[in-house]
Amino acid sequence: MKVVVPVKRTPDTAGEKVIDADSLTVDREAGESVLCPVNEFSIEEAVRLKEKHGAEVTVLVVGPEEAQPTVRKALSYGLDAGLQITDEAIAGSDALGTARVIAAALEATEFDLVVFGGQSTDARTSLVPAAVAELLGLPSLTYTRYLEVDGETITVHREHEEGWDVVTASLPAVVSVVEAINEPRYPSFKGIMAAKSKPLETKSLADLGVSADEVGAGAASATMYEFAPRPPKEAGTVIEDDGSGAAAAQLADWLVEKKFV
Amino acid sequence: MDFRLSEEQEAFLDSVRAFAREHVEPGVLERDRAGTWDWDVWKQVAGFGLTGLPVPQEYGGSGADVLTTGLAMEGLAYGGRDAGLNLSLGAHLTIGAMPIALHGNEEQKQRWLPKLAAGETVGAFAITEPDAGSDTASMKTRAELHGDTYVLNGTKTFITNGSLAEVVTVIARTDPEAPAGQAFTAFLVEKGTPGFEVSKELKKLGNRTSPTVELSLDDVEVHTSQILGDVGSALWKIGFECFDWERTVMIASAVGSMQRDLEESVRYAKEREAFGKPIGRFGAIQHKIAQMRLRLEIARLLQRQAAWMKDEGIEHSTEAAMAKAYIGEAGVESALDAIQLHGGWGYVDEFHVERSLRDAKLAGIGGGTTEIQEMIIARTLLG
Ligand SMILES: Cc1cc2nc3c(=O)[nH]c(=O)nc-3n(C[C@H](O)[C@H](O)[C@H](O)COP(=O)(O)OP(=O)(O)OC[C@H]3O[C@@H](n4cnc5c(N)ncnc54)[C@H](O)[C@@H]3O)c2cc1C
Repeated sequence: MKVVVPVKRTPDTAGEKVIDADSLTVDREAGESVLCPVNEFSIEEAVRLKEKHGAEVTVLVVGPEEAQPTVRKALSYGLDAGLQITDEAIAGSDALGTARVIAAALEATEFDLVVFGGQSTDARTSLVPAAVAELLGLPSLTYTRYLEVDGETITVHREHEEGWDVVTASLPAVVSVVEAINEPRYPSFKGIMAAKSKPLETKSLADLGVSADEVGAGAASATMYEFAPRPPKEAGTVIEDDGSGAAAAQLADWLVEKKFV
Repeated sequence: MDFRLSEEQEAFLDSVRAFAREHVEPGVLERDRAGTWDWDVWKQVAGFGLTGLPVPQEYGGSGADVLTTGLAMEGLAYGGRDAGLNLSLGAHLTIGAMPIALHGNEEQKQRWLPKLAAGETVGAFAITEPDAGSDTASMKTRAELHGDTYVLNGTKTFITNGSLAEVVTVIARTDPEAPAGQAFTAFLVEKGTPGFEVSKELKKLGNRTSPTVELSLDDVEVHTSQILGDVGSALWKIGFECFDWERTVMIASAVGSMQRDLEESVRYAKEREAFGKPIGRFGAIQHKIAQMRLRLEIARLLQRQAAWMKDEGIEHSTEAAMAKAYIGEAGVESALDAIQLHGGWGYVDEFHVERSLRDAKLAGIGGGTTEIQEMIIARTLLG
């Protein structure tokens, strides 16, 4: 089985995000960039497929040359090979543009399963996995909280507000996972050292046969008009326990009101 | 000259710190209060690959060098704050597994290293006796040869992991007359061998999550195939090498806890207010923070220098002794500062720094006391 894990390089979630006022895009040079934390879950799932089915896993990154440490980081979890799509024309792509590049890269690759993270911590659109599936005409299994591969079939638990649905599809397929799916491990010393010698291929848009005007800021179908800093956190609700048991009822009412239960 | 770690070493140190914060730090307060060894935490550490870190790859380890093994100790102490776990892991690696990796014959390595590397058993090494610590050559444990079997009699004490280990490397006198360099031999003594018992569990000031025991050997029969290395040369070749590992690698645990305590102290100094301002604005507090930082940097430089020299095969007994002597004292000083800076909260266990003081004291005793390190340093100058 061949698995591809597309990963993203995002600004460190621990730092403040900076939006460039001219281009209205995230300023990626402003702070430190890291492997998007949601990818730890998709990578872990791929590593498990490797352990269980001997899957061969390729990590795919669309991004500038500086994204190479992200590929190495992903490989350090134990993945087999890296593929990086780098082209100046890609800069400023929206979700659809990015999906076009990923779909083209996948078309040039052999694979049975693509495992995406759920929602990148920078843009938070959750659009790319479904768009890639659509562009490739493949089954799209989003919000996956459990997955199992059996021969040519994949079965997933697809999470929603009331629980989950059991969905089955034939391979090849595209899934995106939610954080509940697993508990990611940390890269071991062996993994980190092995990542140094894993094959890493770089391709341009021309290599993929994608024309520069299908991607980038110019081709974006979403337009950003303005941005504003996140409003400060509002004070929370404090329920005082006076020993009479009334607090429990208040807490229960609050949970119901907020639709947590 | 380049003081930086390699990209891979940086990545590994980060990974160990994050791993330890998630899998080791939770529950450490309770484990210290109860003074218990925790197999679940050990299994996590093993699953992450630390239990075989410097063990050669062909025996299931990761083949890491000395410096990198020290980084693991540093990161684990920083993120996990469980000094007892660090002590047990450090002993397991440096005086448990490595003597077998370096001196074992093929059969011994095949038998023990994969198990040790996987963390299925915990390594232990027994040289100290109730009446012989710094003066190792005065050990009384005897091994007498009868045919192809040695019969061991004596008592070993302060043995880290002694109650956990399936195999303990025991140093015993094989020649009653010979000078120290030819008198002692190392034996791989297996748990369950008749006459080989844990005779006492010792309660300690700190490092309480690591078991420390007394082992008694009463007519314990050990086949000659269980000799580790050569007959007679164990004190120089194996014993002193173990001390060297302790002085270059195990002390990195103290570096990690000094850094963590410094960071927690800085945070506290910014948050805690007195007389209308954060205590970090007071000169007396700044002095403590500055001293803690200074000690941390010196400690780290000395430790990494010694580890690097060991990797490079450069003679480093003085450098290792300096690292150990400095860290043994500096760790205690910094823990005292951290407590003082936290005031009453520093004196109760919830804020973790009182534990740091209890834990830090060991670095000046185990693996050669501060006085012994000073003796080594002075000897190179005075002859
Ligand atoms: C928690 C813990 C774990 C340990 N784990 C192990 C283990 O796994 N395996 C093992 O074999 N041992 C272990 N040890 C033993 C440790 O290595 C010894 O305690 C240490 O070497 C000191 O020996 P001692 O306790 O006999 O002290 P002593 O040698 O009796 O020293 C007493 C005091 O006299 C001083 N002194 C001694 N000689 C001189 C001198 N020539 N000049 C000046 N001062 C001197 C010492 O510095 C010390 O202050 C452990 C000890 C502890 C506390």
